[in-house]
Amino acid sequence: MNIAIKVENISKKYKLGQIGVTTLREELSRLGAKIKRKEDPLLKIGQKPGKNFYALNDISFSVNKGERIGIIGKNGAGKSTLLKIISRITAPTSGSIGINGKIASMLEVGTGFHPELTGRENIYMNGAILGMTRKEIDEKCEKIIDFSECREFIDTPVKRYSSGMYVKLAFSVAAHLDSDILIMDEVLAVGDMAFQQKCLEKMDEISRNDGKTILYVSHNMNTIRSLCDRCIVLDKGKIIFDGKTEKAIEVYLGTLKVASRINKVKTESRIKERLLDGFAFETLTLADREKARYKTGEKMRFFTTENVNKDLSGVRFRAAISRPDGTAVTSFVTYDGINIKKGENQKTEFTLDISALAPGRYNMILGAYKGTKPGNPLYFDIIVRGTINFEVTADEDFKAGNYWNHTKWGSIVGGPIEAKQI
Amino acid sequence: MIDKNEFDTVITAKPRFFDLHLKETFRYKDLCLLFVKRDFKAGYKQTILGPVWAIIQPLLTTVMFFFVFGKLARLDTSDITGNFVVPRFLFYFGSSICWSYFASTLQATSNTFLQNRAVMGKVYYPRFVSPLSTAVSHLISFFIQFALLAAAYIYYLSRDLGDMKITPYLLLFPLCIIQLMMLSLGLGIIISSVTTKYRDLAMLVSFGLQILHYLCPVAYGLSIVPEKYMRIYMLNPVTPILTTFRFSLFGGGYFNMFYFVVSLAVTLVIFFAGLFLFGRVERTFMDTI
Repeated sequence: MNIAIKVENISKKYKLGQIGVTTLREELSRLGAKIKRKEDPLLKIGQKPGKNFYALNDISFSVNKGERIGIIGKNGAGKSTLLKIISRITAPTSGSIGINGKIASMLEVGTGFHPELTGRENIYMNGAILGMTRKEIDEKCEKIIDFSECREFIDTPVKRYSSGMYVKLAFSVAAHLDSDILIMDEVLAVGDMAFQQKCLEKMDEISRNDGKTILYVSHNMNTIRSLCDRCIVLDKGKIIFDGKTEKAIEVYLGTLKVASRINKVKTESRIKERLLDGFAFETLTLADREKARYKTGEKMRFFTTENVNKDLSGVRFRAAISRPDGTAVTSFVTYDGINIKKGENQKTEFTLDISALAPGRYNMILGAYKGTKPGNPLYFDIIVRGTINFEVTADEDFKAGNYWNHTKWGSIVGGPIEAKQI
Repeated sequence: MIDKNEFDTVITAKPRFFDLHLKETFRYKDLCLLFVKRDFKAGYKQTILGPVWAIIQPLLTTVMFFFVFGKLARLDTSDITGNFVVPRFLFYFGSSICWSYFASTLQATSNTFLQNRAVMGKVYYPRFVSPLSTAVSHLISFFIQFALLAAAYIYYLSRDLGDMKITPYLLLFPLCIIQLMMLSLGLGIIISSVTTKYRDLAMLVSFGLQILHYLCPVAYGLSIVPEKYMRIYMLNPVTPILTTFRFSLFGGGYFNMFYFVVSLAVTLVIFFAGLFLFGRVERTFMDTI
């Protein structure tokens, strides 16, 4: 059997309001009202009775053995609920899940660590909670201690540990588990960079070499990117995307909306007093296309309208291009300042040569400034961040390859290498 | 639908009617032992006397019983009216270690879900391991206390003080301990299951135990209970356990097969009802606690 986890129509319903934290008397008065068909006497004024909240709503997917799956989504999208149901902490309201193999879940770092016990004792404790037998831990104890980099302190009560050491020790136990499926919820958030890197490498290693399946929840797109080859994007309890990591991250970051015209552009000043006085962007319209979609090699043309209160000279513009996750890609600047006349709805045309951008989604921030020299802004006026999203798709002539890895190769196609055997 | 034969584990919304995860619980026996060790170790960390505290407590109780119930109230400490005399120290100490095992186990296990929700909310293991390990770790304290009792017993026996003798009934004594454990554990997990939603009952536990203490022949012998109330009095499942414990140990006193079997039956019913309820609640208690 090649399937590790199969999730079918899972829903999890919660009642809204303060349910559960009640006294018997309150519960009885609620029951009494139910019998008399009256409204729940304990509802707060304005609350609607029987309001349910679906933390998960009819989720189905399946995971093959050895897959590394990332689960991303905003806070409250249902990621943790999903992991809790799969790791059997709480039962679903409806639906069923089939699991092949032993699960080890790490929804929190150092679950079950007892502050009074030493590091070594806690390795045994934590290992046993995660389902290891004493013999298994005996065999792996030395490896765990080595990996945790805490050998010096291993016989000290963990209440004296720093939080970083705590995490290192806890992760080491989980990483050495003899499980087939590893479920992790944002556990690498703590710990120094070097250790985080080590953890990722270890996870990579165990999934590649031992064929372990990994389910990983994180808000850190870089770790998701380097660890997972498939991602599920959750939003309000539903799966909105399931597929390649790169695409999933773009979906998650909400960049699928590609507009062609932006009305009522909000401008913001970098400095409190707006020094590029009398200038404000009004609209931004992309030229010659409905959607902000470009083929590789095309140039980008757009118009802006501005309200200008007085005649200005030496106005410069900068267009900063970045990836949806905020990584800066490149910037275009006007080399010479231009003159702009006073008036409402003044129109300016821009052309950016974006032909070197690799296929993918981008984000542009347009700024206007005045300065003595190019690149030395004194007065600044920018279009609010994240308003202009565009996509570059591969043309048939795009020779650099069908797939472009932005993390490892950057986002600018440098051009062909001239190579010949001599 | 998920085919049950294709997967090792199947999670469904509806529970099976009677699912105790006994096989799984057994697989986690190492965890149970570690919990016991942890409870015991952490309990006496940073104390000078350590496990000696396990003895000091019932010793002080015995001294108090000796003065309050023995000297002041002059309550008789024999289970049958007659000439079977047991030294007061043995009587009080033996009864109070039994009672304190029952009371402390019940109190601790009745907090299972509340106390362990941090761990249980983050990782799955058979939930029954927690109360079980609590009951076992209290058993360790009990045996430490019992060792002192045995020493005192041998001392009194060698000095020929009292009418105690060693009889084949001594074999009943382990049964009493097991029954005491099942009863306190059963009641404890019932309370812990119910208190995930209604906390009221938790308030009642310590108070209820105090009342029950006086309703059990711990500080006095059965002989002072009027004959006409005996039937009702013996319905309390703890009472026959206590009297049988003393009977088996001291080789004399009160033993009634009928009441003992009734109490055993009640214990079994409570224990399995507890397991059943616990199995129901453990699936979703994280949502209501």
